[in-house]
Amino acid sequence: MSTPGALKTLSGGVYLGMPAFPEAARTSTHDARLRANLRRATHTIRARRADAVAELEDWPRLREAGKRIKDQTLRHLDRYLLQLEEKVTAAGGTVHWAADAAEANRIVTSLVRATGSTEVVKVKSMATQEIGLNEALEAAGIAAYETDLAELIVQLGQDRPSHILVPAIHRNRREIREIFRTQMARYGRPAPSDLTDSPADLAEAARVHLREKFLRAKVAVSGANFMVAETGTMVVVESEGNGRMCLTLPETLISVVGIEKVVPSWRDLEVFLQLLPRSSTAERMNPYTTMWTGTHRGDGPKEFHLVLLDNGRTATLADEVGRQALRCIRCSACLNVCPVYERAGGHAYGGVYPGPIGAILAPQLAGVGGTVEASLPFASSLCGACYEVCPVAIDIPEVLVHLREQVAEHNSGHRLERAGMRGATWLLDHPGALAAVERAAAKTRALHPRTLPLGPAKGWSESRDLPDFPARPFRDWWKANHTSEMSGE
Amino acid sequence: MRVALFATCVNDALYPNTAIATVRLLERLGVRVDFPAAQTCCGQPQYNTGYRRLTEPLVNRMARAFAGYDYVVTPSGSCVAMVRENYPRIGAKARAEGRGDALTHAADELAPRVVELTEFLVDVLGVVDIGAYYPHTVTYHPSCHGLRVLGLGERPLRLLRAVRGLRLVELPGAEECCGFGGTFAVKNPDVSAAMGADKIAHAAATGAELLCGADNSCLMHLDGMLRRADSPLRTVHIAEILASTEQEAAV
Ligand code: SF4
Repeated sequence: MSTPGALKTLSGGVYLGMPAFPEAARTSTHDARLRANLRRATHTIRARRADAVAELEDWPRLREAGKRIKDQTLRHLDRYLLQLEEKVTAAGGTVHWAADAAEANRIVTSLVRATGSTEVVKVKSMATQEIGLNEALEAAGIAAYETDLAELIVQLGQDRPSHILVPAIHRNRREIREIFRTQMARYGRPAPSDLTDSPADLAEAARVHLREKFLRAKVAVSGANFMVAETGTMVVVESEGNGRMCLTLPETLISVVGIEKVVPSWRDLEVFLQLLPRSSTAERMNPYTTMWTGTHRGDGPKEFHLVLLDNGRTATLADEVGRQALRCIRCSACLNVCPVYERAGGHAYGGVYPGPIGAILAPQLAGVGGTVEASLPFASSLCGACYEVCPVAIDIPEVLVHLREQVAEHNSGHRLERAGMRGATWLLDHPGALAAVERAAAKTRALHPRTLPLGPAKGWSESRDLPDFPARPFRDWWKANHTSEMSGE
Repeated sequence: MRVALFATCVNDALYPNTAIATVRLLERLGVRVDFPAAQTCCGQPQYNTGYRRLTEPLVNRMARAFAGYDYVVTPSGSCVAMVRENYPRIGAKARAEGRGDALTHAADELAPRVVELTEFLVDVLGVVDIGAYYPHTVTYHPSCHGLRVLGLGERPLRLLRAVRGLRLVELPGAEECCGFGGTFAVKNPDVSAAMGADKIAHAAATGAELLCGADNSCLMHLDGMLRRADSPLRTVHIAEILASTEQEAAV
């Protein structure tokens, strides 16, 4: 299935040739339909998540447990990965290690080729998005069909995903109906001619369209939400059941999974199977949980390949502050609650990981050298709503500021800003000089304009008046009315 | 009890009335408050923009300026959050970089003594009704750092509810960020303005005359947007409401 050229990804899941976040957001924030779609969708799920979480009295303890399990696993990641490899192999699977996106794509392509198949069905997976697998397969003459309903909408619409759980969140029902009506026939069974935009009708059209693909497919490609090291078991949670079709019907199953998805034991898994559905879809339990361990004679795929993906994760692990991003279980709660995501939309983040988690993950997986990656850590007001809802307590604002430091240090574009900040620090470290500046500003206040045409002040005064300077700074009022016991300098 | 006022750079230079109100209000409650002139800024703009090392001189300055006080009262939640949450991080990073423990000590010594104004009133002084009079309809925006980092919770609302003459109306979507975010407001002006527009629309819909907050940096952004929109709604810092009495109206 063909996809637009802009979908070529770099490491970290950032697309080639994307503008920096502020430029992209300049357009998207003024797209009234997008804003309305996102507002409705995020506010609905936001409220539902809050209710689902409030039901559990021990939520704070579950959250703490999730955080600790992930941290401990990451600390001994090598050990758990080797254990996982051993168990998967013993159960009849084959484990491959991929250092980066190119290697992972090569491995998957050659595995599919070896089956003789020229098409695969896909379970929704962020890891395969991150490496641009569909495009790599397409280049090798292999068609990859997305089977998750929202991914299908994105793929049929030759669009880009804008959310990690609901990739078509930027579309409303009418738009989806249009996409189905005009595009389905190009890739298989057409949509019925009397298709309406009712959710039931749309789901039925997708079901019928996908069914022939499930029944025909010899190869499936998936990711995984969790991998249990002690038994070598893979876990995929989903709502639709399409994932289960892919995971059980084809002869060959290939799973591409980030190395941070391993958990030591089933007891640990229990914690995440409570945290994830409530945080992501606001369900007490997700409708489908598929677990498999290697292969079984006469049941399910005959061949199972696990491709363990690094692609910048080991480097992220080395960063003491940044590594907490690897705890992420991709629930998308942080996107749904983020005021910046809600207004700018997922596409403004320039890659497959949008929202708060994208703003800390993409620049770490790929480094802060690129235009998009360097802009992402600043795509936040640091309001902390993401941290508050994150089920594994990733302090996203802390990591954002940490990454801003890296950008300010390594990015020559920040030289002028650094000079300004240095000047500010000097002034603030010299209260006498500061007072003189404050007094000068107060004296000339009648001359100050309400707007300024240049520099950072332009960004301010495009939509806001500048504050008036007072007749005198506070420190002068104090001097006139009090004597300090300890005046300092 | 030795109490110092940390006015903050924004209040010192742009909103002296908030700092004056804080002093008057504390003095009315019998607290003798001092203003050490060596104080300037907590360093939040530098730190949050990625210039941690440039924040360090200000950490040291804050620690020196406020040495010896039992409490350092601040009418700005985000500045308190900066000291409480980020000063220890600045210290830890300096240590990890092999530059010793001095900043950690400075941070540890200062952070527990720095309190936000409504925390000081409710938790330290144990007062909710402080005899204020303010005959206006007011809605309250809880700024993010006060709300989420400090956990101010109901404190500001309890104080406002006890003000005579004041009618408090609930702000829809109160917990959503106003879009200020320090340098975010200029680095991402479109998103910031979109967030601000929603906030002032919510505030205007309450029918309040005044939009109250406990952080003048957020209010500066919102006030700038309200004035640009020629809205009759004005912003006011909670200290200025609490300082008003029947004898002495707001500064
Ligand atoms: S960062 Fe936290 S809230 Fe966001 S997707 Fe990951 S686990 Fe969920």
